[in-house]
Amino acid sequence: MDNLGIVFGLLGAALATFLAGTGSAIGVGKAGVAASGVLAEDPSKFGKVLIFQLLPATQGIYGLLVAFLILSKIGVLGGDPNISVVKGLLYLAASLPIAFAGLFSAIHQGNCSVAGIGTISKKPDQFGKAILLPAMVETYAILALLISMLAVFNIPGLNL
Amino acid sequence: MNKDYTYAVARIRSRELALLNNKDIDNLLNARGYDECIQYLLDKGFGDDGSAKTDASSMLSAERKKIWSLMSELTDDLSPFDVFRYNDDFHNLKVSVKAVTRDVDPQNMFMENGTTDGEKIYDCIKAHAYNLLPEHLQNAAQEAMTALLQTGDGQICDIIIDRACLEAIMSKAQQTNSEVIELYAELTTAVADIKTAIRCEKTGKSLDFIQRALAPCKTVNTDMLAKAAAKSLDDIYSYLSGTAYSLAVDALKKSPSEFEKWCDNKLIDSIKPQKSEPFKIGPLAAYIIARENEIKAVRLILSAKLNDLDLSAINERLRDMYV
Repeated sequence: MDNLGIVFGLLGAALATFLAGTGSAIGVGKAGVAASGVLAEDPSKFGKVLIFQLLPATQGIYGLLVAFLILSKIGVLGGDPNISVVKGLLYLAASLPIAFAGLFSAIHQGNCSVAGIGTISKKPDQFGKAILLPAMVETYAILALLISMLAVFNIPGLNL
Repeated sequence: MNKDYTYAVARIRSRELALLNNKDIDNLLNARGYDECIQYLLDKGFGDDGSAKTDASSMLSAERKKIWSLMSELTDDLSPFDVFRYNDDFHNLKVSVKAVTRDVDPQNMFMENGTTDGEKIYDCIKAHAYNLLPEHLQNAAQEAMTALLQTGDGQICDIIIDRACLEAIMSKAQQTNSEVIELYAELTTAVADIKTAIRCEKTGKSLDFIQRALAPCKTVNTDMLAKAAAKSLDDIYSYLSGTAYSLAVDALKKSPSEFEKWCDNKLIDSIKPQKSEPFKIGPLAAYIIARENEIKAVRLILSAKLNDLDLSAINERLRDMYV
């Protein structure tokens, strides 16, 4: 039970990767299904639909980034692995914004990308406008990433 | 219906680009003759690729086949779309019942896009093996055969089968839990009831006959409509004024074709929101309706061109297009 701090820290890293990654997998998968539908009819739209499909992939990368940072701070990737239970719980809390905002924003961005793929399949000239709409969802994943990173960077400096 | 239709809808969106729009209809109307129309449609991808037949009938028949071939590609379960295929089933049932009782060969009279092969329906009717028919045809087949054998009245047979068809459409639509399919079923049934009521009034049918002919639906009270039809046309108009079809009364007063146009336009207008639905079955159903509407418009123009009819007469009958 002495090493419970690292357990909580690792749990935070796992949550950030698992939840944000799951969201991205669902979002990219949904957009991929729609993209395949368009390509079956018009393969020339590959470049455009690929960009739509990749939009929900970023949340998984954000989750991975936060997980890496946590792993390096708690000493799993080298350094001193002895962190307090409180700090371990703080790292766990720091992972939650990107874990949950990543999960839900990626799923909804995937839905939005599917709709965008439908738009460009009929009106390819509206690509610029169509891609802006799912890109708006990204804002909330970036805000969550910002808070998670700020928290992870500043936890070591706290006197607890 | 919780099934995910994302892939199918994405393909349908691309296919919608090939639907005829109002400009195409204008081009067809302004074509110099039947042959130019056929050439325009061939350029638009109409007709069977491998066939040398370029007459209107085979071309439009090939188009209807294409709808169902595409739907088979898009989904492994065509049953939610049965509502669009029941008309062909019940037409084939009608042909089979009459062919058996009159001992004629029904070849070339069957429709091809039903849920069951026309020949199979004929064989079952001939053998009186009603239990081998699909469930939605069994009762109607038995009842229509009995009525036709006992009375020899083809009209009774027709109303039994027509009503059974509408009831089957309504019942199947409710199972799909799709707004568009339910709307299609409701409009189809209500419009058929209204047309039947008008025809019955004009031919002086009894209240009992009218009540037997009308199929129940949500937007029309068939009992009140039947009573109105047993009295006069004005009573029908008066009853309809208080229903969802109040705007159709003016069209009805003009002509039956004007009423049909009103109904088709209402359906097309109602399915237009499906253009922005990315996941559900609605856009597929809307595409089927739009294609059927397109085929109807093309058939109208081609037959008018073939018979050198006046352009304004065709224009009056043309429906709004989906795209």
